[in-house]
Amino acid sequence: MKILVCISNVPDTTTKITFTNNNTQFNTNGVQFILNPYDEIALARAIELTDGGKGTVTVINVGDISTEPTIRKALAIGATDAVRVNAVPHDAWFVAKQIAEYAKTNGFDLILTGRESIDYNGSKVAGMLGELLDQPSVSIIKKLDIDGTTGTVEREIEGGKEVLTISLPFIAGTAEGVAELKIPNMRGIMSARTKPLQVIEAVEVPSTSEVISFETPAPRGAVTLISADETAKLVDLLHTEAKVI
Amino acid sequence: MPILVYTENAAGKFKKSIFEVVSYAKAIADQQQTTVTALSIGDVSADELATLGKYGADKVLNVSNDKLKTFVNQAYASVIAEAANKEGADIVVLSNSFSGRGLAPRVGVKLDAGVADGAVSLPDLSDGKFSIKKTAFSGKAFANVELTSAKKVIALTVNSYKVVENGGTAKVEDFTVDVKESDFRAMLKEIVQSTDKISLPDAEIVVSGGRGLKGPENWGMIEELATLLGGATACSKPVSDAGWRPHSEHVGQTGIAVSPNLYIAIGISGAIQHLAGISRSKVIVVINKDPEAPFFKVADYGIVGDAFDVVPKLIAAVKEFKA
Ligand SMILES: Cc1cc2nc3c(=O)[nH]c(=O)nc-3n(C[C@H](O)[C@H](O)[C@H](O)COP(=O)(O)OP(=O)(O)OC[C@H]3O[C@@H](n4cnc5c(N)ncnc54)[C@H](O)[C@@H]3O)c2cc1C
Ligand SMILES: Nc1ncnc2c1ncn2[C@@H]1O[C@H](COP(=O)(O)O)[C@@H](O)[C@H]1O
Repeated sequence: MKILVCISNVPDTTTKITFTNNNTQFNTNGVQFILNPYDEIALARAIELTDGGKGTVTVINVGDISTEPTIRKALAIGATDAVRVNAVPHDAWFVAKQIAEYAKTNGFDLILTGRESIDYNGSKVAGMLGELLDQPSVSIIKKLDIDGTTGTVEREIEGGKEVLTISLPFIAGTAEGVAELKIPNMRGIMSARTKPLQVIEAVEVPSTSEVISFETPAPRGAVTLISADETAKLVDLLHTEAKVI
Repeated sequence: MPILVYTENAAGKFKKSIFEVVSYAKAIADQQQTTVTALSIGDVSADELATLGKYGADKVLNVSNDKLKTFVNQAYASVIAEAANKEGADIVVLSNSFSGRGLAPRVGVKLDAGVADGAVSLPDLSDGKFSIKKTAFSGKAFANVELTSAKKVIALTVNSYKVVENGGTAKVEDFTVDVKESDFRAMLKEIVQSTDKISLPDAEIVVSGGRGLKGPENWGMIEELATLLGGATACSKPVSDAGWRPHSEHVGQTGIAVSPNLYIAIGISGAIQHLAGISRSKVIVVINKDPEAPFFKVADYGIVGDAFDVVPKLIAAVKEFKA
């Protein structure tokens, strides 16, 4: 089985998000970049599914050279090889077009993405890939099994889950539960340096969206502290002042 | 050209989030001086379909095809795009629900449309642009995004637009579609409803517990408080990682982003990843025994105290209030 895992390079989850240039640009100053947590889950599952010589796992990233440490990390975790599409990702549409272009000529049985990237997070790439490649796409997957040419997945829905069967090839956006994360060992880290990382040029894509500016959530007023013995007062404030109960 | 709004149903009924998207579509239609066409797929009664008129739908296209009785992402996306083409709609609105998030990008590609996922505002049409505020960085920020394509798909965040009743009536029309066999490669086997309670993404009140609660056996009071308030329960990541609560309750940057009217955080420290998921809550109450807990910095109301002392007292006070 040939699996393609799409990986994005995102600010570490502890990052306090700020903007520069009149709030038009994400401030990367001092920011540590990591492999998107959901993509790490997808990668771990892909490695499990191909364990013991049952297939290969290629990781693909659309990014400039600064994303290579993240790609090497994916190789250290256990991906077979890697592809970097050399371009700064403009939006999900741009990313999906690049990946679809590569996938079309390289024929994968399964493509995994994370449920969303935690930067501009749109949870769009999986669905767009599905449409571009004319394959089924399922997202927010909590369980993924493959038996022969059929996949069984559990998809999250409001207040429950759906169980689906899907014929390969398809695209799945993974979330927690799909696999336990894999920590790269020394051998993995050493071998990652020599595993193939192919750099390809981006195809041109007409843009459909532009970020005009960013905002951070409005700061809240000071907290009103209430003593532990005055819970009735809290209930009253929630009713009369905040009007939420 | 009308605005097309896809109105998903849950077991034949429309939820409040659907009245939100219809109200939202109506407001866009007013901006553009046009009408709203709703699209319903599946088994929904005529009475239920007609309720969409109350929120601004002028017309409802009703697809009741045997193959489309349950949700099939690829096939539903095809129907939505077909309806948009039939109506000549340039703007398609849907809910950023779990299913909606899977549909929006597919419909976007089919229509060559830019997609604004997680929208939290009406389009801003100033300077001849069409820009929308949407969530970004998993709840830590917002982006104002201009959709530059001729057609546009907007997935509206749940609880981010008010339901407006303007009392109209909608004309319901049957809409027949030819389904493509190749759209049915993913088939639903089973729906497992984990609870009959309010689901977390839809909840207007959320009661959430963290590691401060010590163990799963102490969740009784969290559930009792949530039930009393008509809300849903949630938790921090370490709580679901430890298996005390299901992953579907994990709130935060790598979990669910919620936007309730009231979020009550009990025994949760307020780590930046947790706060990302709740920053859009209208009112935040924090109960924590540590007065230095970072959560107090973003709280509207706070009680410094031991949860095992405070929560039972709060339950008693809510009971008294409800009585
Ligand atoms: C990649 C990554 C992603 C993450 N994503 C998320 C995420 O999406 N969501 C998330 O929640 N976390 C996330 N985290 C974890 C996050 O960093 C914190 O570790 C976590 O939120 C802490 O959970 P907590 O507040 O329940 O526990 P703790 O930090 O242990 O805090 C417990 C709190 O309970 C209080 N307390 C203890 N006893 C009592 C008592 N008897 N009564 C009242 N209060 C009491 C303490 O004072 C303390 O403030 C992520 C971490 C990483 C590395
Ligand atoms: N620049 C990128 N390169 C490769 N894959 C990406 C990139 N951006 C997003 N993805 C993939 O698409 C998923 C969803 O991203 P998004 O639609 O941006 O939320 C991520 O979890 C990744 O698997």
